[in-house]
Amino acid sequence: MKLRLRIASLSAPLIALAISFGLSSLILLFIGKDPVETFQIMFEYGTKGKSIVSIINRSIPLYISAIAVAVGFKMGLFNIGVEGQYLMGSLIAAFVGSQFSIITPIHILFIILIAVSSSALWAAIAGYLKVKKGIHEVISTIMLNYIGTGLISYSLTNIFDEPGSDYELPRTPELPESGKMPPLNNLFNLEDLQDLHGFVFVAIIVGIFYYWLVWKTTLGFDLRITGSNPVAAKFSGINPNRLIVVAMVTSGGFAGLVGLGPLLGYFHRFTIDFPTGLGFAGIGVALLGRNHPFGMAVGALLFAFLERSSQILDLNDVPKEIEQMMQAFILLIVVVFYEIIRRFIVKQQIKDASKKVET
Amino acid sequence: MTRMKSKWLVLFIVFGLILTACGGGSDDAAEEEVVAEEPAEELDSPATTAAAAEPEADPASICLVLDIGGLGDLSFNDLAYSGYEKAIADFGMEGTFLEPDGGGENRGELLELCAEAGNDLIIGNGFLFDASMNEVAPSYPDINFAITDGVAEPANVRGMLFDHAEGSFLAGVAAALKTTNNHVGFLGGVDFPLIHEFEQGFIAGVQAINPDIVIEIGYASVAPDFSGFNDVVKGKEIALAQYESGADVIYHAAGGTGTGMFEAAKEVSESTGTKVWGIGVDFDQYYQVGNALPELQEYILSSMVKSVDVSIYNAAKQTVEGTFEGGILVDNLESGGIYLSYSGGYIDDIKDTIEEYKAKIIAGEIDPPSARP
Repeated sequence: MKLRLRIASLSAPLIALAISFGLSSLILLFIGKDPVETFQIMFEYGTKGKSIVSIINRSIPLYISAIAVAVGFKMGLFNIGVEGQYLMGSLIAAFVGSQFSIITPIHILFIILIAVSSSALWAAIAGYLKVKKGIHEVISTIMLNYIGTGLISYSLTNIFDEPGSDYELPRTPELPESGKMPPLNNLFNLEDLQDLHGFVFVAIIVGIFYYWLVWKTTLGFDLRITGSNPVAAKFSGINPNRLIVVAMVTSGGFAGLVGLGPLLGYFHRFTIDFPTGLGFAGIGVALLGRNHPFGMAVGALLFAFLERSSQILDLNDVPKEIEQMMQAFILLIVVVFYEIIRRFIVKQQIKDASKKVET
Repeated sequence: MTRMKSKWLVLFIVFGLILTACGGGSDDAAEEEVVAEEPAEELDSPATTAAAAEPEADPASICLVLDIGGLGDLSFNDLAYSGYEKAIADFGMEGTFLEPDGGGENRGELLELCAEAGNDLIIGNGFLFDASMNEVAPSYPDINFAITDGVAEPANVRGMLFDHAEGSFLAGVAAALKTTNNHVGFLGGVDFPLIHEFEQGFIAGVQAINPDIVIEIGYASVAPDFSGFNDVVKGKEIALAQYESGADVIYHAAGGTGTGMFEAAKEVSESTGTKVWGIGVDFDQYYQVGNALPELQEYILSSMVKSVDVSIYNAAKQTVEGTFEGGILVDNLESGGIYLSYSGGYIDDIKDTIEEYKAKIIAGEIDPPSARP
């Protein structure tokens, strides 16, 4: 019985994937393109060596962002502010990290700590506002994103800008060599490909840590029980206010790691070109992966694959916007199917229970 | 029940956000990186298959990677695209154009994509391509690269620069001669050094005629927020405020945002009965905006034309002829790549003075400042 339920819940993302491929094919047919050929081109391009490295690199921040969102989701808290939190953390970490030089492991650890604590602090504001002023975290985190963007613009131009640089745009000074995370290419014999970010290890550790935190600790238990039944949680002695702040800060702490893959592995400074939108993309990945560390990893890799492989489409006269539609299809359909399956499971459980009562 | 409802409401908000995130920046995850040492790989793209099929009549190919904003910005990108289109038509080239999504972090990947597909000329439209040019171009020494408004180190990259301050100086001269209130305005798209070149040149031009003229300065956004190049509503708001405070000529360096300025000029002129003017940028906007929106044409005093299209056309021509060279190419009043347009005939009466200043700048007697003091 339990196995049947597990298969049922696993089938949701697969069905969603199949349907969204079907819908995308219809759209491709509608605009006069051959869907089979299109997906074939995407697949061929997306599985080349360079593409695979690119996909792994892209999926690192997506995955960590999803985890940051999922920590909140677990207790029914919507942290929409991962976007602002990670940008804030990345900027401060990029600047502070560029100011000194020590041996690489300590330097990188220090940059990580700075990023995590600045992002966590920024997220704590939303937690405070919710607990003390009753402002819903969706509203406050969205507003904090706007405020964060403004603050980042201002401080990048006026405080953190590289002194004496005649570059067109404001940017922080470059990290010294000791602050750059070495790529993993030598480890995996990938000499002729682009850098594989060393931060992939951190992402794996973060995934394991998230699992341990949510499923193996008291805090995680409190989070989950509050998420599934806040009233029961309150009566069982969990202090919801404390938990909201702790969850928000933890979520923000994870968010601090989102920008570090690109920062330590590629950009080595905060610039205008620094990737944005990862915080929002993480919400989708968390939804797709059902807040499960493994599910989100698959989701992050899937989205990274779609993004990378769709780049080839413009060269083949297929609008690559089809990929964005596919992502949206997958998300919409998966949510619908998760709900259908949840109802199915509840029905099954009621049936089983009533059977037991009868016998 | 209410709890369920609010949960769905929140979910809807979240979904809206995800969708906007998907639309606006799904490729933002794309960073990067291209350090390609390996030879160009064969791709099943039309360019290579076509080339393989008819080795003798191999048409030259051009790949244009546009900047943020993409096609339809009525400005920088459209201008580049028109040069690219003309080159394709005139030289029978094969063309591909790509648009980076969202933040446009995947510039390097797109340049490399063009290179792998075997294009002969690859153009990165905008100075943000400089870092990616440095990474990609050295791996493809046989391919010509060009970057607008920027420079890159590799020998096969041409940096196509424009002296914005010189042209803007003349726009300032024209504005100062045309204002009846001794009050003019400047509308910048994004507040960052590149646009300061327009701003400073304009101010110097105005003050060369009359240092007592009041100059209003407004920007639609501050870097790193680049929305100010494509925000017609904001452009109109800022321009309305400037006109209402007394300015009667405004010069814009704001891309698509500038359309809002012309709209404001029409509105103010009609409501007050006194005509106010706008000066366009990049394109000869008397025709470009005027053709799209004829009702605005009569408010377009002149335009500071920046011939990105000609630069791209020339790079394509030289690629076809085999005479393309890397390095830095500066277009200015002397080369004719920058000029003040007389379309519409509204500044024909002050042509002598403008030409006089133009000659002085070319002769080096006047050197318009391009950076803020």
